[in-house]
Amino acid sequence: MANDAQNLPRVAGNGLLDRRLFMRTLALGAAGTATAGVSLADPVNKGQPEWMLAPGATTEEYGTPSHFEMARTKRWTVPPAGQAATGRSIAAFTPHHQLHGTMTPSGLHFEVNHHGIPDIDPDRHQLVIHGMVRQPMKFDVAALTNYPTETHNYFLECSGNSGRLWADKPTPANLDMTHGLLSGSEWTGVPVATLLDEAGLKKGAKWIIAEGADSGSVSRSIPMDKAMNDSMIALYQNGERLRPGQGYPMRLLNPGFEGNTSIKWIRSIRVTDRPAMTRFETRTYTDLMPDGKALQFSLGMDVKSVITRPSNAMVLIQKGVYEVTGIAWSGNGRITRVEVSADGGRSWADAALQGPVSPIMLTRFRIPWEWDGSPAVLQSRAYDEAGRVQPTRTDLIAARGTHGSYHFNGIHSWGVDEKGEIAHVYA
Amino acid sequence: MFMRSALMLGIVAVTGCLTLTAHADNGFGEPAGAEDIARVYLSIFPDGENLPEGSGTATQGKAVYEMYCAACHGMEGEGTLANKLVGGRGTLDGDSPDKTVGSYWPYATTVFNYIRRSMPYTAPMSLTNAEYYAITAFILNKNDIIAADHVLDKQSLPKVSMPNRNGFVNAYPDIPEEYDYMH
Repeated sequence: MANDAQNLPRVAGNGLLDRRLFMRTLALGAAGTATAGVSLADPVNKGQPEWMLAPGATTEEYGTPSHFEMARTKRWTVPPAGQAATGRSIAAFTPHHQLHGTMTPSGLHFEVNHHGIPDIDPDRHQLVIHGMVRQPMKFDVAALTNYPTETHNYFLECSGNSGRLWADKPTPANLDMTHGLLSGSEWTGVPVATLLDEAGLKKGAKWIIAEGADSGSVSRSIPMDKAMNDSMIALYQNGERLRPGQGYPMRLLNPGFEGNTSIKWIRSIRVTDRPAMTRFETRTYTDLMPDGKALQFSLGMDVKSVITRPSNAMVLIQKGVYEVTGIAWSGNGRITRVEVSADGGRSWADAALQGPVSPIMLTRFRIPWEWDGSPAVLQSRAYDEAGRVQPTRTDLIAARGTHGSYHFNGIHSWGVDEKGEIAHVYA
Repeated sequence: MFMRSALMLGIVAVTGCLTLTAHADNGFGEPAGAEDIARVYLSIFPDGENLPEGSGTATQGKAVYEMYCAACHGMEGEGTLANKLVGGRGTLDGDSPDKTVGSYWPYATTVFNYIRRSMPYTAPMSLTNAEYYAITAFILNKNDIIAADHVLDKQSLPKVSMPNRNGFVNAYPDIPEEYDYMH
């Protein structure tokens, strides 16, 4: 918090400050050297914390977060752990209000597992490519590991992310529940095109049908132009082998497409001239419009952003300058601009983008904001290199109604009241 | 497009040492045989491609449904732990759309394909093809789409006319303009 706010460079209404302003910090009174009460007979360690008084724990073969952190930073699971009638949670949501940066820790990456997580022996798993190819081929994990690899930073987002924001009332839920079906990772694998080229596409091949080795063999039809462009069979996430909930030992990854198309535990690619019309592209992941028609193969994830701090998991404890930060992303490519408003969209100012800005990846934005103790509405609005602009919730609903279930990318609003308490609002 | 595979090195980790294998041809895959393909080729297409032999009717399917499906989907397909399967016709453009097999699913082959590969939830693929045809027939009959004695098999299933067959609009590669907020 700055103590000289009247001289700060204002760039938009209600206290938004220039993004280039370095936040000034207040020295909150450095702790003085504690000498009072020490006698000559005391050991030197008197008053030191207990973790300094003896050697600590052993160094682990595979590190884990602090147990203090494990107790407070965790994914929200559905149904909640221990409460599922089937004995298993089938979804986990990334707690963005507790995270910083752009790379989601692998253990906090979101998951939707419609039929549970299979326990796959990598030595017995293989991917078969068949259908309209000159030579059907199979690839085990060892074979795929031999190919030249590609590494990219990509976000994945479930098309159901923010689904509760279609509802006619704002939600008291935290950001995990509203934006937690979104995560960002570094993915390494083999381009699907490499494998399709090896099998040899026949003339007229226009789709691939990807199927997983889970107990529901979840399957999706993917347009061939996507598969040959930038789809990959991912083997590694953030440098380590995929975790079971992310498709170990191999998954399809379709950058910028809705998450469910990135079939986990992939074991089959059928090359065809038409889609299979699977359950997950008919009953589910289709978007019902007000006229009763449903959008099918609405595969791309549109431009979107959300402020992660401050959020309704926090309270502003006093007037002063705060950093407003959040994440922006688009399945269409790079984020080119993020604007922030503190007055419910009446005026906007450019936020600073954390570089490097990668295409189809989370981009962090920041802007300083001076809260004067009066009510405020904080919003962010993202732009991408395809020229798409994040819409207001009102404009989104005007085009698509409220029954679409999927692909909510409207502007999100945090209302701040005089007490500094924060709530999701529609503005 | 650049050359994807000119010369590649195969690397095999063997307990502490690495074996390097020069590989000069097109890649590292192996030809897949008929058995490899048969095991993974579960997909069934709207025109009936890959439908298996066997047949069943709703009358036959009632007992199978009650045994394996009703615990989660309800005795009448009304939905309990799992999705509702029956009803909802005419609700899709209203205030409370009710998406069921009868009101929403566009292809009968999709119903059969999904049930056969994924159900019963705790024991997928554990029934016979005839039982899966019979369960599908039972659900379609409950939705007044086929008669109780209508025989479903690889010839007749693709011909079933689903009520919402024309209810979908292709949104790839772009959302149609009338549903795009930027227009």
